[in-house]
Amino acid sequence: MNHWHFILGAYGVTVLAMVVEILAARARRRAALEAARAGADAPVPGAQLSGTGGPG
Amino acid sequence: MALNWYRFSSPATFYPLAGRLVPLFGWGAAVLAAVGLWLGFVVAPTDFQQGEVYRIIFIHVPSAWMSMFLYVVMAFWGALLLGFNTRLSGMMAQAIAPTGALMTFIALWSGALWGRPTWGTYWAWDARMTSELILLFLYFGIIALRQAIGDPRRADRACAVLALVGVVNIPIIYFSVKWWNTLHQGASVKLTGSSMETTMLAGMLVMSFAFWFYAIAVVLARVRTIVLERERGAAWVAELPEARSA
Repeated sequence: MNHWHFILGAYGVTVLAMVVEILAARARRRAALEAARAGADAPVPGAQLSGTGGPG
Repeated sequence: MALNWYRFSSPATFYPLAGRLVPLFGWGAAVLAAVGLWLGFVVAPTDFQQGEVYRIIFIHVPSAWMSMFLYVVMAFWGALLLGFNTRLSGMMAQAIAPTGALMTFIALWSGALWGRPTWGTYWAWDARMTSELILLFLYFGIIALRQAIGDPRRADRACAVLALVGVVNIPIIYFSVKWWNTLHQGASVKLTGSSMETTMLAGMLVMSFAFWFYAIAVVLARVRTIVLERERGAAWVAELPEARSA
């Protein structure tokens, strides 16, 4: 009564889920860094709200 | 020397501090997991009733504990946000939710695979399992609510309210095995002692610290990303070396 396939299923999915979470976090960070680099040259959206002109 | 906690509530101050802590906790988690798995699979004996399948305990219990603990921490940051309106609190709560959902999923999944050979079923609508499933839906609800609200500060406040309302589920999960007659067994580890064999208990506690360190590392890494996403127009972000290099 060893049921090693149940143990492998539990540990395998756990490791897989953690690897996916880490890769997703790294991909999101790369995207955020690229946006930050692009945003350094672009105007800040919030700054436009302080203008006195109307839409357009 | 008194520590000025308000200093660390500034994303600009917290961002580099979190960056230094992520590798510490990440490598700490790896070392602890290696020790915990060695204790769990090499040192700990085979259970006389369940055989080898009980070894699922070394991920099931730590993930279940973390699923509840992370929710309480998320609700704590939500309360801080509502009370003090600090930007970092909302970001911390946002960063915790996916890891909390992951821990809840692992607890349910590993529990199902443990239940089949020991109880004869993957799932039962038992109070412990059902309340843990509700916890997963609470995490999903908080993540979905945030996605549905465009303004991050409004989303922070809405998610904080939902997190605080949902925190009532945590004592229900914890005490469910006492309050109701459940298929799930009662607690083997209490503050007053444990009914487990010493090496089994040691392996489980070391793995619990491994999961804890893993969660801290991932949440801190994610909160750094959220800071970058929300503060990308700020001067201090433009001055970051990683934001300048191509």
